[in-house]
Amino acid sequence: MSLFNIFNIAGSGMSAQSIRLNTTASNIANAESVSSSTGKTYRAKQPMFSAIYDTFGDNPQSTGVKVNGIVESQAPLRTEYWPEHPMADENGMVYLPNVNPVEEMANMISASRSFQSNVEVMNTSKQMLLQTLKLGQ
Amino acid sequence: MRFDLDNLFGIHQQAMMVRSKRAELIANNLANADTPNFQARDIDFKQVLRQTQEADDASRLMTTDSRHISTGTRVGDLSTDILYRIPMQPSIDGNTVDTQLEKSNFMENAIQYQASVQFLGDKIRSLMTALKGE
Repeated sequence: MSLFNIFNIAGSGMSAQSIRLNTTASNIANAESVSSSTGKTYRAKQPMFSAIYDTFGDNPQSTGVKVNGIVESQAPLRTEYWPEHPMADENGMVYLPNVNPVEEMANMISASRSFQSNVEVMNTSKQMLLQTLKLGQ
Repeated sequence: MRFDLDNLFGIHQQAMMVRSKRAELIANNLANADTPNFQARDIDFKQVLRQTQEADDASRLMTTDSRHISTGTRVGDLSTDILYRIPMQPSIDGNTVDTQLEKSNFMENAIQYQASVQFLGDKIRSLMTALKGE
């Protein structure tokens, strides 16, 4: 029955958005993680969303969302001249992550709003199902 | 007055099936509100309801005698009737989901579903009252 599918669909949306919140939290927490080489520096992470397609039948229909993977941002790292820092390299440079805190905050708000709309969908479907179960009482 | 148990529930049984299908589609649009290149989909409720009714009538076994038992409702295959929503504002990632529009559609659909549930409940209750005769 279609109404039970909504729980799966909204659930997939909630889990995808919580993964997005997780990466945002990780990015913000590591925004100032200093390192001494470009290879070891933290890079901003971003989940890749894609729709799940029901491949049965002639006309494939989407049934939720999934996280295809997490990609790292290719933006250039920040470098700072900070010779007294214990992590500084031989030139006195330290490398800082390419995390943009403004972008991350906007991402966080968007993820949180999307999570909320999925919760609302789930609540409404629950009410619809419960009312149907009580039919004729 | 002739009492027809087959038509007691009227259009509501098909309406609820189509409504729950539409709820699923819109829930899917909302779940994919942040998916790149996802295209929002919906059904034309009136048209799908009419097709479901027609499919329902066509799948009925022929009853040539008033004592024949008619067959039940069949869920129509809606897969060909699902249309793409025309976006009001283009988005750079190719996503055509308008969260506000989808939310209001979902709510409207849920309330119409509940209206059908209410009508069915009232019909069942009045039938029970008539049966009990208390």
